[in-house]
Amino acid sequence: MEYQEILTESLSTLTINKLRTGLAILGIIIGIGSVIALISLGQSSQKSIENQIQSLGSNMLTIYPSGQQSGAVRGAMGGGTTLTLADAKAIETSSTLTTVSRVSPEYSSRSQVTAGRNNTNTQITGVEPQYASIRNVTISQGSFITEGNVTALSKVAVVGPQAAEDLFGEGVAAVGQTIRIKGQMLTVVGVTVSKGGSGFNNPDDAIYVPLTTAQKILFGSNYLSSIAVEAKSSDVMTEAQNEIGYFLLARHKISDAANADFSIMSQNDILSTVSQVTGTFTTLLGGIAAISLLVGGIGIMNIMLVTVTERTREIGLRKALGAKKKVIITQFLTEAILLTVIGGLLGMMLGIIISYILTKVMSMPFTISWYAIFLAIGVSGAVGILFGWYPAKKASDLQPIEALRYE
Amino acid sequence: MISLSHLTKIYKTESVETTALDDISFSVKKGEFVAIMGPSGSGKSTLMHILGALDLPTSGTYTLDGETVSKLSEDELADMRNRKIGFIFQAFNLLPRTTALKNVMVPMMYAGIPKEERLEKAKKYLTMVGLKDRMLHTTNQLSGGQQQRVAIARGLAMNPAILLADEPTGNIASIQADEIMKIFEQLHDAGHTIVMITHEPDIAHHAERIIVLKDGKIISDIKNGKRTRLWNTKKS
Repeated sequence: MEYQEILTESLSTLTINKLRTGLAILGIIIGIGSVIALISLGQSSQKSIENQIQSLGSNMLTIYPSGQQSGAVRGAMGGGTTLTLADAKAIETSSTLTTVSRVSPEYSSRSQVTAGRNNTNTQITGVEPQYASIRNVTISQGSFITEGNVTALSKVAVVGPQAAEDLFGEGVAAVGQTIRIKGQMLTVVGVTVSKGGSGFNNPDDAIYVPLTTAQKILFGSNYLSSIAVEAKSSDVMTEAQNEIGYFLLARHKISDAANADFSIMSQNDILSTVSQVTGTFTTLLGGIAAISLLVGGIGIMNIMLVTVTERTREIGLRKALGAKKKVIITQFLTEAILLTVIGGLLGMMLGIIISYILTKVMSMPFTISWYAIFLAIGVSGAVGILFGWYPAKKASDLQPIEALRYE
Repeated sequence: MISLSHLTKIYKTESVETTALDDISFSVKKGEFVAIMGPSGSGKSTLMHILGALDLPTSGTYTLDGETVSKLSEDELADMRNRKIGFIFQAFNLLPRTTALKNVMVPMMYAGIPKEERLEKAKKYLTMVGLKDRMLHTTNQLSGGQQQRVAIARGLAMNPAILLADEPTGNIASIQADEIMKIFEQLHDAGHTIVMITHEPDIAHHAERIIVLKDGKIISDIKNGKRTRLWNTKKS
């Protein structure tokens, strides 16, 4: 007997019991659907975070001051006052640092900002003009901070789209408006293009002012909160990291690298840390979804076992009419695999639709995870074989006389 | 055609041994219509299972159409049932919610007969049992008598060596039962070998030979005058 015939038999049996078939398939649809949706969602959020970090520049190094060592206690990263504008200029102009291309000294602090009756608490970053190109900031209206602004300690500001919306309302032209920071009136000269993003450190919720204005007028500090260094290419990142490290150690007259009063992080360092976290998150989500898939599989086994019992007479009859053991096993196994594969395909569509809708709602990039799809289809097929085998074997082992007698 | 020699079947449970068939020997010639009678517990169902290659005897030999059935494996038995035996059960045993046509095609499907040939034969046999207009009716749309006729068509499908009927009219109203027996007589006249198990004397009298079992032994084996005469007059 040809396999195609058995397949036809299996299909017709499945269509005869529509409700039962539907319920069995539903279990698998939910299982596979949730695996795909959750894995895709996890990967989308990972991608979204990675994009955000990448958008800050891929050949970027950021130097942060470390808290000075006092006895055994070391201050938190970024909390110290060890980096100066002179450090930044020295790195930029040094002839020994061959891998460095551009340097952006930055001073940032959170502060309350008001505009008319609106106010918001946001990140104020004091920058030099090169910040825009190093950090991939583009301007949608007006212009960015200029060299002249920095030299003249101009009271001007460039606002991110989120900050602009918070301060002036949606769709209101921000350029030319006045904002108040720390009692100082600043004129908005530009608005940046949205980078997309949400949560903490949203690049759209930021205000840029000239570095000198930030240091001397707004916050009264002589130090920098970070120095962004652009390497010549992304291939020399490690080299650049080492060169700058030794250069600054020498400048700060520190002999032991363990006592460094700064730390240098590449975007890759940040990226890999974040990827690790989101990867764990994705695995966790996938694991939870896999449990529902397992439950779906057990559902299939349950339905198939019920089917075997319910169809005992039919199996006996088929055997009496000449069906061999192998034919019976194949038919029942095919039924189980059909259930899971149909469920798998429908579940895949459901999962993709769910993750598409969710990523759109959460404004994340939508990624179809091929690996999740192959996993789901493979697993559903395997579930069919695994959980279909025992009922199929049980069916084929039925003795025709016993089966025919069964009421 | 059929030959049973010193056939014994003993059922063993943990403590009890039950002899269902006790040293039975008889043979059935090609074209014969035999009824096997007996009260319940006489062993006629056991005999039917062995004749139908659904079960194997404890000892003795069973030869069907030149092949020794007693020593076959499970799959070989399935093959034997498929090719040599046409079953007609008391409870019809058709596939539920499946058309008459498809039911008749099942044994041919297991035999690997091509689809066109299957369809053609199924139509032929269904027409023969008077169901030409009901071929596409599903099992549950047919009356008991009609279902049994589908079962007869299915039994004939593989052109088997014997038709084995187990209480074929047991679940059917008496008018329809007469129609079924008419079909059996026609099949007999056409030369089919039929072995029919029944406990109803009226039904048994349609056969040309009646074997009576009691306690696993044959207590009588007689020619049934009425049917033999009909057979003979037709032949002569």
